[in-house]
Amino acid sequence: MLRYLFYLLIVKPLVLVVLGINARGREHLPQHGPAILVANHNSHLDALALMSLFPQAMIGDVHPVAAADYFCKNRCLKWLAINVAGIIPIDRNSQASSRDVLAPIYQALDNHKILIFFPEGTRGEPENLGKMKNGIASIIAERSHVPVVPVFFYGLGKALPKGEVILVPFFIDAFIDQPIHWLGNRQEFMANLKRAMADLQAKAIRLKNDLED
Amino acid sequence: MNWATFPESVLIAFLVMGGMLVFASLASIALVKLKPDRDYQELRLRIKTWWWIAAVFALAVIFNKTVSVIIFGFISFLAFKEYLSLIPTRRADHRVLFWAYLAIPVQYYWVWLGWYGTFIIFIPVYLLLFLPMRMVLIGETQGFLRAVGTIHWGLMITVFSLSHMAYLLVLPETVNAAGGVVGLLIYLVFLTEINDVSQYIWGKTFGRRKIIPKVSPGKTFAGFIGGVLTTILLAALLAAYLTPLTLYEAVGAGALIGIAGFIGDVTISALKRDLGVKDSGSILPGHGGILDRLDSLTYTAPLFFHYVYYLHY
Repeated sequence: MLRYLFYLLIVKPLVLVVLGINARGREHLPQHGPAILVANHNSHLDALALMSLFPQAMIGDVHPVAAADYFCKNRCLKWLAINVAGIIPIDRNSQASSRDVLAPIYQALDNHKILIFFPEGTRGEPENLGKMKNGIASIIAERSHVPVVPVFFYGLGKALPKGEVILVPFFIDAFIDQPIHWLGNRQEFMANLKRAMADLQAKAIRLKNDLED
Repeated sequence: MNWATFPESVLIAFLVMGGMLVFASLASIALVKLKPDRDYQELRLRIKTWWWIAAVFALAVIFNKTVSVIIFGFISFLAFKEYLSLIPTRRADHRVLFWAYLAIPVQYYWVWLGWYGTFIIFIPVYLLLFLPMRMVLIGETQGFLRAVGTIHWGLMITVFSLSHMAYLLVLPETVNAAGGVVGLLIYLVFLTEINDVSQYIWGKTFGRRKIIPKVSPGKTFAGFIGGVLTTILLAALLAAYLTPLTLYEAVGAGALIGIAGFIGDVTISALKRDLGVKDSGSILPGHGGILDRLDSLTYTAPLFFHYVYYLHY
């Protein structure tokens, strides 16, 4: 309930009115779980912007996957991140086996949830694609029926860059591509995903005609 | 203040605008039926969006001063946001841009107060001085001049210019018995949009010689002249019902709106051409961005305002 209201009254007005999203390829967004969305990470707004692309009724089924060491620093933030924003925290420095660390993700996928991943890990330079980590391939290897939808955001790094607390309105562009499926091989999967993300980025830059010097 | 008591002429103006939209919709549906081999998708979308624009405009004028000022302020916000999203901005100016956005509610607050003296100098003088100072405090000198120039020009065009539309609503009502509070604004917006459309239609029908090929290759002398004459004719016909203008003054107003509308249009075209984009955005399906629709008004609003203000207020 809290989550529903948070997205209805705060996130959607913020993302759709204060910022404004122009989404291309919206038809590729999954209609139901399990599914994984993969996006570039430039700002805290990335996850909220992605959530806003889904109809309000689906909000309860979409969860961003985020770093436990950042969002669970203190109790208050942890409570907000989990109960209000709806993140699934992952302990990226854990000594435990990767199976245990990823258990909540498998569980969510088995419960037909849609998860949002930022495989670059930390927030990068605006509109750039950092090196993607391979964790996502391990997950898909275990749940090979789950489609992975690549999403590239342009403009969010301008609206709220890393290290800034003041939001400045900008129209943002979201580019969504068709889902990538597991073909039985990690390297191949990561290569496909990277190529899809690079294509979306190229599309975004071509469209913006490389305005940023 | 309650504006529910409109003069009859304003009610008729709304009916006429509604009638024109109904006609446009029916005509486009007929075209689709008559010539099924041609694609009228874009035209249909354009007309559908016109309905939305007319609805928002009606909302912006029928309630009261507060609602009007908020809606026009929001339109300026959308236009300025679209402008900033198009142009290259420096990372260092993040907070400068925040201050520039804050100028929007403040400017519209002066409109709401009807404080003409501050309304007319706040952005041209105070923000002109304030924004560079804020930039200097950050200290990034690389690209300083371009940043100062682009941000202030954007504020002038999308906020200062457009806020003149809202100021037409707070001029003393008694001067304009025929049009009441909203008459002048309806006159300005209607003529500006009709001028756009008729320049397009005259150009499509008779246009040959290009008027300004480097900026806007689609514009022709025939379109420009035909459009201006049409606007003058309509301005003269409508003036007595919506404005305090005499017949000769109305002819002047029509020429002013016709010519200034064209200049506003090609100015925004030049901006888009410089940035290498076709449309300024995608918020208005079939039209492009909000600046694509407001381009003419960025020139006609302040010029028409001062023309009328000088003559009658």
